[in-house]
Amino acid sequence: MSGARRLLLFGGIALALWGMSYGLWYAVFSEHQALNGIGASLTAGFVGSAERNSVSAASALSRYREAKYIYDRQVDVHSHWIGLAMVLIVLGIGFDRVGFSKRWRFLLALALFLGAGLFPLGVLLQTLSHGPAPRAIAIAGSALVIASLAGCTIGFARNPASSRE
Amino acid sequence: MPVDPHDSRTDSLGKTFDSFAPLSARRLLLLGGIGLILMGMIFGDVFAVFVLHQNAARVGANLAAAAHAALARDARAVTANFQNVGSFLENRGTKVDTHVHMIGFGYLALMLAIVQPWIALPEITKRRLAWMFLFGAGLLPVCVFLIHYVGLDYSPLSTIGWASILADLGGLFVIVATVGYFAGFWKYFRNAERMSVQDDLTVIQETSGRALLAGGLLLILLGFLHGAYYAAADLYKHEDLDYDILVQMSSGAATGDTAAVDAALADYGQLQGEKAVNIAAHAHSIEFGILAMLLAFFQPYVSLHETWKLRWTGVLLCGSVLLPVCVLLELKYGLIAGGLADIGGLLVIVALLAMWAGILRYTGGLDAAAGGAP
Repeated sequence: MSGARRLLLFGGIALALWGMSYGLWYAVFSEHQALNGIGASLTAGFVGSAERNSVSAASALSRYREAKYIYDRQVDVHSHWIGLAMVLIVLGIGFDRVGFSKRWRFLLALALFLGAGLFPLGVLLQTLSHGPAPRAIAIAGSALVIASLAGCTIGFARNPASSRE
Repeated sequence: MPVDPHDSRTDSLGKTFDSFAPLSARRLLLLGGIGLILMGMIFGDVFAVFVLHQNAARVGANLAAAAHAALARDARAVTANFQNVGSFLENRGTKVDTHVHMIGFGYLALMLAIVQPWIALPEITKRRLAWMFLFGAGLLPVCVFLIHYVGLDYSPLSTIGWASILADLGGLFVIVATVGYFAGFWKYFRNAERMSVQDDLTVIQETSGRALLAGGLLLILLGFLHGAYYAAADLYKHEDLDYDILVQMSSGAATGDTAAVDAALADYGQLQGEKAVNIAAHAHSIEFGILAMLLAFFQPYVSLHETWKLRWTGVLLCGSVLLPVCVLLELKYGLIAGGLADIGGLLVIVALLAMWAGILRYTGGLDAAAGGAP
């Protein structure tokens, strides 16, 4: 088994485990509380309007916005880590069909693995900071994933011949 | 296709093994995995046709009622309507999670089935891990489905009910089984004197397999490109709009401006629709791509005539394109596009069912031949 395949298969299974563990932790310790917070702040916003208390309404809607922003990203991180892990594994299984040299195949696999880890990490970091750095990490990660997937597509098209270990 | 009764390869322990023997880990994970995917897809299609739109309409109606209650200064009605919104959203969310987790676990089962020969564990351990994986993979979605109905009845915790606790236990079983396989995989590569594994399943020679591999990869790439475009062009705009519209609605209610509230309600419904179709198109394109690539590897096990394999491949790829494209068109063409999207989902289900039947036929032939051997 080539180094590229090994990286994708090991990396993919490890990333899937990481994503599932994160999901389990999130479901047990955070999700229900987050959903309650979203519902409560939205209700408080409209109760504030009903009571003609614009300060309370505005403050509650701001809390809703922040809670929803964090919740959406935390759920996205779980699904993207696992989704990308599955892409790594399925590509790893057939990676020797990519018609590039060994070195290029390894670089492609490395870029895909790094992108699959970095993209959701950048999204998760956005829940801690609204600055440009987390967004830049997420963009860099997704660019790596897309570029390496495009590379794999070209590689598969270049060499349809099957290969064995 | 001819059935090979001596379906034996060289495994990670250097022995010749029966790679698809009855109740072997590979067979359990393959048949169980496709079964999970099929159930998840059928559930998703039923949900899309009979629940999704009706549920969205109820959420919209209760949100409108809450906003109008705020207009009428009725704080109690606001709270009651938002409780209904929360309940409908929980109903919708748990159904989506059931669909997504069942299919996701099915995909993972298929991947683990393919890598079985590289897992340096005794077959009995692999088989036990496969049972544990499939048990957890069934328990989690079923319990997630029940969360809405069981609620917090008899729960020892204040925020998490029994259904959630059992769902988390199912997730834990899946994680433990996957860790076990990962350890076996690690063990194989740590062994300096490891034997080379011979497994023809990873060598795609058939036309149907190559078409599924190429089509799947293209679907994944297109799904990622669409996701990246949506994130760059619309995601942050939609998040800002979500907040702005709610503020408009709330301040309209506070100032007694019924027209502003109604306009904001209409905008909010439109926005939620736009977000939903973009996310659904992105997710389904990638998921169908992964499914097509996985099925490419299992084509040698599909005991159907080559022509029929090609036909089912075409049906699967056609449905895989039709669903995300029509979901995207739903905002413009409404129910016609929605109906076509559901048909796309149905095509994928039928093709998958046909391939599953082909694999069952293969196992039947294999077992019959083995049973008849002296």
